[in-house]
Amino acid sequence: MSLAADERSERAPWALTAPALILFVGVLLIPLAMTVMLSFHDWGQYKGIEPVFILKNWKEIATDPYYAEMFWRTFRIAILTTLLTALLGAPEAYILNRMSGRWKSFFLLVILGPLLISVVARTLGWALLFGGNNGLVNKLLMSLGAIRSPIPFMFTETGMVVALAHVMMPFMVLSVWAALQRLDPQIENAAMSLGAGPITIIRRIIMPQIMPGVLSGAIIVFSLSASAFATPAIIGGRRLKVAATLAYDEFLNTLNWPLGAAVATLLLVALVLIVVGSNALIERRYAEVFR
Amino acid sequence: MAFLELDRVAKQFGAQTVVDDFSLAVRRGEFISFLGPSGCGKTTTLQMIAGFLDPTRGAIRLEDKDLTAIHPAKRGLGIVFQSYALFPHMTAAENVAFGLEMRNVPRADKAERVRAALAMVGLAGYEDRHPRRMSGGQQQRVALARALVIKPSVLLLDEPLSNLDAKLREEMQIELRQIQRTIGTTTILVTHDQNEAMSLSDRIVVMSQGKIEQIGTPQETYEKPASAFVSQFLGKTNDFAGTIDRTTAPAQLVAGSWRAPAPAGLSGPVIVSIRPERIGFGDAGLSAKIITRIFQGNHWLFQCDSECGPAIVIRQNDGTAQPREGDAVRLTWRPEDMSVRARAGA
Repeated sequence: MSLAADERSERAPWALTAPALILFVGVLLIPLAMTVMLSFHDWGQYKGIEPVFILKNWKEIATDPYYAEMFWRTFRIAILTTLLTALLGAPEAYILNRMSGRWKSFFLLVILGPLLISVVARTLGWALLFGGNNGLVNKLLMSLGAIRSPIPFMFTETGMVVALAHVMMPFMVLSVWAALQRLDPQIENAAMSLGAGPITIIRRIIMPQIMPGVLSGAIIVFSLSASAFATPAIIGGRRLKVAATLAYDEFLNTLNWPLGAAVATLLLVALVLIVVGSNALIERRYAEVFR
Repeated sequence: MAFLELDRVAKQFGAQTVVDDFSLAVRRGEFISFLGPSGCGKTTTLQMIAGFLDPTRGAIRLEDKDLTAIHPAKRGLGIVFQSYALFPHMTAAENVAFGLEMRNVPRADKAERVRAALAMVGLAGYEDRHPRRMSGGQQQRVALARALVIKPSVLLLDEPLSNLDAKLREEMQIELRQIQRTIGTTTILVTHDQNEAMSLSDRIVVMSQGKIEQIGTPQETYEKPASAFVSQFLGKTNDFAGTIDRTTAPAQLVAGSWRAPAPAGLSGPVIVSIRPERIGFGDAGLSAKIITRIFQGNHWLFQCDSECGPAIVIRQNDGTAQPREGDAVRLTWRPEDMSVRARAGA
């Protein structure tokens, strides 16, 4: 009797999680495994995909400097975007946190704005503002005589970083904001009463405590930027490919699915390693603040 | 003379007056408590002394220097916050050392003073602990050490014990008093706990709705309350409606069937206030019935229904027989133990 009950209670968790588990395996694990397998298949212009096991695609990625340059660009853009959001987002969150009620909710909406607009519409907006000679900002600056030739924005890494930082900003601000909420409201007064000036308070008291928030925001921003597709596709176009746009082109233009799969797999593995590694590092370094 | 002086200090937030006409002269080395219910303006007053708020009117002087003109970081006051506000990313020693670093104290001197401060609050050996790995009481001690290590001219305590459990709070009260006596730092404590204020302070400032109700020693405020508010707030008290009858000779004070020679001055309807421990059971006096009798170890607490309304009586457990629930008793007290004030609207 009790044995049967034990058996049932042992089975219950499995039965209860089964629907989610099946969905997870069906839509994530199986396609992922198939993509990894696909990266080991052969492909030819005329023969199409051949389900054999060869290392041709991986060898090509490892030896052709084109891929090294492209991956290096992907991570350079992601790192610069992360730095930019951290440098602007952390002070932004701090200022926002000190605002009074009504202004706070208004500016929070402004910061969350980019998330409410379609990524394509927003990026095209950037293109309208800065794109070539006809971009609004360039036109204005040139007619004012501030600059003589238009500031290059389209098809530049700078343009990609700026546009990406804009859309990634809410993730950083919200992450730092969450860390700021954990601060003792009297902590700045405590430091002040001990003789600390405003700069010392920020540097010695506030910064160390919101650093975990900045770093977890950085992980989100970095992984989203490194795998971003729409912004690099519109601003970078064909000239400045990143890992995501390259994989897309291999799949849909060249129709070399195995090579595209190898690029996608490499991006995934690299991202997982970086994120898991830095997360472990952060948790060890800031153990006392996280408790 | 006065070491710290508050001269007709007031604070307004918009149209709301939070502190009004607050005048107080604190002597060097004195332990003062601001006592009152929440929202009475005691914390606001403390924050004005600390410099986190500017007074709307009035002056705050420390050793005859205008304190309001000095930036809070330069005032050199030690503050212990209700939440302690320790720096969670620093160890106990680093927390205590912070104020000394800001004062550019040399390294060797600093280490010695940090060690001494932590030893003083009984935390020797806890130097490398982080605050979140310490108990509430230990955090409280770190906060105290951090405030005292800078040798503050005035120590400000903002409800420092309210987050501790009852037993620990009592221990800390005794310890706080001993530390304050030893180092002689002028101290201001903000509290809503009358026992805390009475056991710690040299003088108590009782506040209500932004105004000072009474300033006096614990004994004065308890035994000679200046207003109904003070007598209600500091401990339990019985208020009986009575009348002073000047038509008889000599004039008499009458409350139910209790009567005594009338005190000088007043006449007509009055309120008679007596502390519960000053009421005894006798043969004559206010007639009452015992509703409940509660044994509390060293004393008995009686709740009675008297002819002048509910009454509380506290009797020492001295071994004598005490009346039981339902017994009819007569309540009596010495005229010098009561305070009499005019009754409004009667």
